[in-house]
Amino acid sequence: MIRIFSILAGLAFSFVLALSFVFEAVGTAKDGLPNTVESNFHEHPGALKLASDGLFGKFDKQQLQRGFAVYQGVCQNCHSLKFVAFRDLKALGYDDDEVKAIAKQYQVPAYNAATGEVKTQPGKPTDHFPPVVYGGKGAPPDLSLITKSRHGGAAYVHSLLLGYQNQPAELLKKFPDAKTPEGLFYNPYFANLNIAMPPPLTADGQVTYAPGNPPATKEQMAQDVSAFLVWTAEPNLAERHQKGWPVVLFLLLATVLAYMAKRNVWADKH
Amino acid sequence: MSFPWANEYKPSHPFMQWMDEKLPLPRFMYNAIGAGYPVPRNLNYMWNFGVLAGFCLVIQIVTGVILAMHYAANADVAFNSTEHIMRDVNWGWLMRYAHANGASAFFVVVYTHIFRGFYYSSYKAPREMVWLLGVAIFLLMMATAFMGYVLPWGQMSFWGAKVITGLFGAIPLVGEPLQHWLLGGFSPDNAALNRFFSLHFLLPFVILGVVILHIWALHIPGSSNPTGVEIKTESDTVPFHPYYTAKDGFGLGVFLVLYCAMVFFFPNALGHPDNYIQANPMQTPAHIVPEWYFWPFYAILRAFTTDFILSAKLWGVLAMFSAILVWFFLPWLDKSPVRSGTYRPLFRKFFYVLLIDVLVLGYCGGAPAQEPYLMVSQIAAIYYFLHFLVILPIVSSIERPDPLPFSITEAVLGNDDAAAIKA
Ligand code: HEC
Ligand code: HEM
Repeated sequence: MIRIFSILAGLAFSFVLALSFVFEAVGTAKDGLPNTVESNFHEHPGALKLASDGLFGKFDKQQLQRGFAVYQGVCQNCHSLKFVAFRDLKALGYDDDEVKAIAKQYQVPAYNAATGEVKTQPGKPTDHFPPVVYGGKGAPPDLSLITKSRHGGAAYVHSLLLGYQNQPAELLKKFPDAKTPEGLFYNPYFANLNIAMPPPLTADGQVTYAPGNPPATKEQMAQDVSAFLVWTAEPNLAERHQKGWPVVLFLLLATVLAYMAKRNVWADKH
Repeated sequence: MSFPWANEYKPSHPFMQWMDEKLPLPRFMYNAIGAGYPVPRNLNYMWNFGVLAGFCLVIQIVTGVILAMHYAANADVAFNSTEHIMRDVNWGWLMRYAHANGASAFFVVVYTHIFRGFYYSSYKAPREMVWLLGVAIFLLMMATAFMGYVLPWGQMSFWGAKVITGLFGAIPLVGEPLQHWLLGGFSPDNAALNRFFSLHFLLPFVILGVVILHIWALHIPGSSNPTGVEIKTESDTVPFHPYYTAKDGFGLGVFLVLYCAMVFFFPNALGHPDNYIQANPMQTPAHIVPEWYFWPFYAILRAFTTDFILSAKLWGVLAMFSAILVWFFLPWLDKSPVRSGTYRPLFRKFFYVLLIDVLVLGYCGGAPAQEPYLMVSQIAAIYYFLHFLVILPIVSSIERPDPLPFSITEAVLGNDDAAAIKA
């Protein structure tokens, strides 16, 4: 009884699936496989090497400070960094006074419980980076988690920042309707190819680096800000790598011992 | 039941004797996972995965209870509280990564456990109840994992919840009211998040209860083994302790090395980047995909693209649930008296086809809902249903199995003279 019923159920599902398949196959034979501008011209991020990569990766504090300078000098005009507190910047190598001074540069919202008013006041080390008001086209995302929330992470941000270009003639020939709309910018690393962010890094030396750092070329700035955004997304990444090694090595040793114990116990049973 | 030659618990220390009279818990453990439980001597490493699954459940409960101390189930702050755990709570990042990767590890382990069951037909008499409880555990695990994924309130949390609860809308007449009742609203929001948190906290303990029943039911006939030949004499068995405690200890070590390597070095490899974006009901992600362990079933859901009497969506929903529900009927669909796939040449071929088929379904389930993935998943889904519902019943009645060893001892040592003389 169960078998007859189940064979019938199996055949019913298979029949409807086969029907779906036939319709899909006919449709695909007519229209071909999906062929869109994105599937043709979207590019995957190029390689980017950072000190935080790999199983031993640690942050390069000098680079994070440069990246922070790029954020402050450029990105901050449009993007917030809400999950980062000023005191977190100590991890970049700033001391308490420097952190206090950085915090003071920002006006953060302060809620007065007595009056119910929200005013702004200079930031304290415990405050987070304040929201950013942006008047232009598009909605700049908060950057705190950006390297975790995009495929490709830091390499994506790096390629995106340097990837602005003119639309290829070939693209316009193949997809005449796909011309980049007014106010957007062609960037093959962006998912739909046309991004609302104006090219943020426009010239070498746009940001002034402290003496003793490499020259602030576009390439260097893009790398540095990407490295900084890896840190903002996961400040304890280096600690994670560092703690992982003793744990894994201890477990490996314990496993070898457990294997020998097992051999011993089973010696008379094989 | 146990075997007549099982070691008896004889406490020697006066305290243990006193304990044995008042509350014989040590005796119970001795007979369940100690030297008092005889187990086939030939279990291979596929039999480690039950214990590993139990260990995963413990990891999930411990890390989960700690996360719950810092998490806030409110749509406005859930995402922020998760980031607070990652950044500000001492060892919070470790608890969160251990829990998220623990879920994946749990499913890797349980899928292996289930496919072990398929290959060795562990579902057959006298272990049908073990199997049925196992399938119930798997359903509970899926519900728990689904609701857990909603809690961080990222984009995939929100849209995954929306798509999956939306499936109830496919049920004729009662579908939509049912969906709104389940969610406590028209779309996932505070009400849904709160009840998901409540249930996500509850269900692992329900699973724990069913696991205890699962092991109780298993201990009545005892474990099967790679030959599928039942235990005949004492020489077919070894006491669980120290033999399988030692073997499980080694297996646990290997598991923990791999698991900790994931947690410390690749904690986001299996997650979706979109879940690091806060839920936004106004912005649909380009591709909505569930976690990897749901992909095979997600592919089956999406494979139905044509209305036929019922809507395509309803077919998809029915098929997706049936894909798991058929497992309940396996003990009665596969009638072959031989258990182990090792002695079933024809069955074995189809087993490997099924394994590949499920991997293909999994791949398609994670891919965008477009061609050629849809057509591939349609073919793969057809095979999936035919395998369980048509091929298995037929194979089990036409197949000629290979000769079985006389006993477990013979399979291990090459001969079993003692038992052969007695028999
Ligand atoms: C003039 C304002 C402006 C500045 C300056 C700016 N951005 Fe943007 N950015 C935007 C806008 C607007 C978007 C949204 C684009 C869209 O969705 O089309 C955006 C989006 C992004 C994205 C997300 C792309 C995606 O995948 O969704 C990243 C990453 C980014 N910006 C990085 C940066 C970095 C790094 C800097 C500093 C070097 C920077 N931006 C400077 C306006 C700005
Ligand atoms: C929380 C999840 C689970 C736990 C903790 C668990 C635990 C165990 C344990 C400890 C064993 C004995 C050791 C072994 O044979 O590996 C076992 C056996 C078994 N389990 Fe599970 N299990 C779980 C899920 C499942 C599921 C989902 C299924 C099937 C759908 C299942 C089916 C079986 C079967 C059939 C056996 C007997 C195997 C044999 O003796 O050949 N289990 N389980």
